[in-house]
Amino acid sequence: MINLCDKAAVSGVGETAYTRETDRSQLSLTLEAALNAVLDAGLDPKDIDGVIPYASGGVVAEDFITNFGIADLRYSAQTPMGGASAVAALQSATMAVATGVAKHVLITLGRGSISGGRISDQLTRMPQMRLVSEFEMPIGTNAPAQFYAHMARRHMELYGSTSEQFAEVALTCCAHAQLNERAMMRKPMRLADHQNSRMIADPFRLFDCSLEGAGAAAVVISSAERARDLRCAPIYIGGCAEGHPDSPSAITQRRDLTRLGIANAAPIAFAMAGVTHADIDVAEIYDCFTYIVLCQLEDLGFCAKGEGGHFVANGRIRLGGDLPINTHGGLLSEAHIGGMNHIVELVRQLRGECGERQVTNAEVGLVTGFGDLGDGSLAIMHR
Amino acid sequence: MNDIYSESPAKPRPQIALENQSYWDGLRRHQLLVQRCLTCAKLRHYPRPMCDACYSFEYDWHALSGSATVHSWTVTHHAFHAGFKQDLPYVTVTADLRDGIRLQAPLAGSDVNLAVGARLDLEFIDVDAELTIISMRIRA
Repeated sequence: MINLCDKAAVSGVGETAYTRETDRSQLSLTLEAALNAVLDAGLDPKDIDGVIPYASGGVVAEDFITNFGIADLRYSAQTPMGGASAVAALQSATMAVATGVAKHVLITLGRGSISGGRISDQLTRMPQMRLVSEFEMPIGTNAPAQFYAHMARRHMELYGSTSEQFAEVALTCCAHAQLNERAMMRKPMRLADHQNSRMIADPFRLFDCSLEGAGAAAVVISSAERARDLRCAPIYIGGCAEGHPDSPSAITQRRDLTRLGIANAAPIAFAMAGVTHADIDVAEIYDCFTYIVLCQLEDLGFCAKGEGGHFVANGRIRLGGDLPINTHGGLLSEAHIGGMNHIVELVRQLRGECGERQVTNAEVGLVTGFGDLGDGSLAIMHR
Repeated sequence: MNDIYSESPAKPRPQIALENQSYWDGLRRHQLLVQRCLTCAKLRHYPRPMCDACYSFEYDWHALSGSATVHSWTVTHHAFHAGFKQDLPYVTVTADLRDGIRLQAPLAGSDVNLAVGARLDLEFIDVDAELTIISMRIRA
């Protein structure tokens, strides 16, 4: 196999403002973030010759040809893995630029206003939700909070993890958001606030759930050689991989409800990057729900299965701790930009651009994606 | 008619895949049917065209018994679909049957003390003339 280590780099990042509602289309937001990423790289939009738009929603490669006036788009793909899509796209883009199929691949993710439709209606139309639509939605299992609540409850019963341990993830993200002017959640959160927030789908309370919002983010992936000649210091992709759980379309039928697809991907990405867990200075962990962070930390190998609740305690995952996570506030407290905001934040951390929330001497970092009932993806990057 | 299904707005109905009609027809007869591979006899659920052990497309439908145990659960307090608003809060269990086969089903009653491994009895609820669903009840 061709070793993809350091063959590609993030050459540009960009985003829009993140807001609760918007009167702009998903396409308009996506193009703004994409343009910002291209300009950050010091490129012209017409230099983009590869595009991987977010698979959920209406933005397609053709939109970039039309709006950027790209004369010869050489590569387009989608990575339909829900919240794992953005990080999985890093792997596809890395392959495209490492092989020379494309020079500069743009990866985008935009979300329009949430008032357009009920989430259960949107999910029903997705082919990967076919089994859930037929067998679970008719009995009242209609949304991700409910799908994943069964995984979280199983973990609590098997390993004794607690709602207070889940809360530490929410409190960490909220504390970090206070240092990020882009974040939507600017009100501090105490443990009591979390424990008193209303129950949504037991064991998930309101503050275990990510923020719905509107906005877009984008990154440009270039070959490492080309990235070195561009405007910003390249952030190299040392290792990347995607992983899928068994029974990927029905959590109910999965052999182990507490094991996610990222457990398959993590050893591949660490080996490719040639780093160990102790080398990771900062980690942006996909956090649609608090429990999903605990479970990924276990499946990534930062601690043993069942130990995630203990691992996050005592400030370990906060700024100044051994493994600061979600330094921007994550989906829980910055905004739910599908995890593309996690990639943008990791790049800025490794560039040293994060001001008050900068992790001191951040050289190596990790970003994950999680979605579609258990799919996972991760990338290990370095400056 | 079960009263939880009688009020508007309507609950979502199953979008039945072409090859799954036998499963839903079985429920109408108060039988829980799962696919059994005719080549290697492996049971599987939810229904799908192929056996992942031997790749055979040939299967028949095998009736499972009505006992199960709790694998996991959630209590829903927020109506993600308007059709379930009048049921809040309600319990949904992931239940172990046999041979690794599980079901997700509503649990009768919302104030029950649940634990992994608790014994469940399976019940058939006739929603209307076309649809029967499975519900679970903690074994007395």
